[in-house]
Amino acid sequence: MTVTAVNKDPAALTMTLDAEFDASPERVWQLWADPRQLERWWGPPTYPATFTKHDLTPGSRVEYHMTGPEGDQPKGYWDVLETDPPHRLAVRDGFANEDGTPNDAFPPGEMRVTIEEVGSGRTKMSIESIFPSTEAMEQVLAMGQEEGLTEAVGQIDAILAEQRVA
Amino acid sequence: MATPDFDRVFGALADHTRRDIVRRAIDGQEGVAELAGHYPMSFAAVQKHVAILERAGLVTKQRIGRRKVVRTNLQGLHAARRLLDRYEDLWRDRIDRMTDFITDTRETNT
Repeated sequence: MTVTAVNKDPAALTMTLDAEFDASPERVWQLWADPRQLERWWGPPTYPATFTKHDLTPGSRVEYHMTGPEGDQPKGYWDVLETDPPHRLAVRDGFANEDGTPNDAFPPGEMRVTIEEVGSGRTKMSIESIFPSTEAMEQVLAMGQEEGLTEAVGQIDAILAEQRVA
Repeated sequence: MATPDFDRVFGALADHTRRDIVRRAIDGQEGVAELAGHYPMSFAAVQKHVAILERAGLVTKQRIGRRKVVRTNLQGLHAARRLLDRYEDLWRDRIDRMTDFITDTRETNT
């Protein structure tokens, strides 16, 4: 089991996922830094990703598209915020229009990758996804930890379970 | 990858009064005024909560005769639950592919 923890953070609509690999931080970094390697795992085999522009220098824009079974090609982009090989990468990720320009209808999210050695040749990678900040998200923040996402999920399950019984 | 409705839906569900409204409104029997009677807050405050739920697609207002009732959109709830799970699954699949790829390249390159 390589995924060691999943945290749907109540404070700010973030999800953090930790995974461990039997490899060095440099090897794990390559999965992000080499577009051909990135393409091997970013999309599922049925929806492979193609990175048409890939430069992890802060300020650069990475462009990619997926190719669906019907030939559809949804586009996405990353605006690189922070790069510190082989330990940190932070990008703003969003959807793009047909012509590659950012699709402003959907506010971009943020993705932060942290890679660190945990000993005996193993490396931990954490992915933190931060969802678009809106009025709704401010409300969540204002309500504090206990009224968060995890609780909401449990609540949805409870409501759905009640509904099935009724 | 961001999902368009994610913040709106979870923002709406992140408040316990609103979750309580969602539960009460499953039957679709009460209007905003009746709902407001259950909470120690003003009619206007409850109306605001209902409006947030409505925008998130979690409840709808329906006319029954001369009355307007608030009804939970169960499809919306299911969709919210699926969104979160799907996002987690998406990353779990990616981690699996990363692991496989690292293993494959180790075997062929060294």
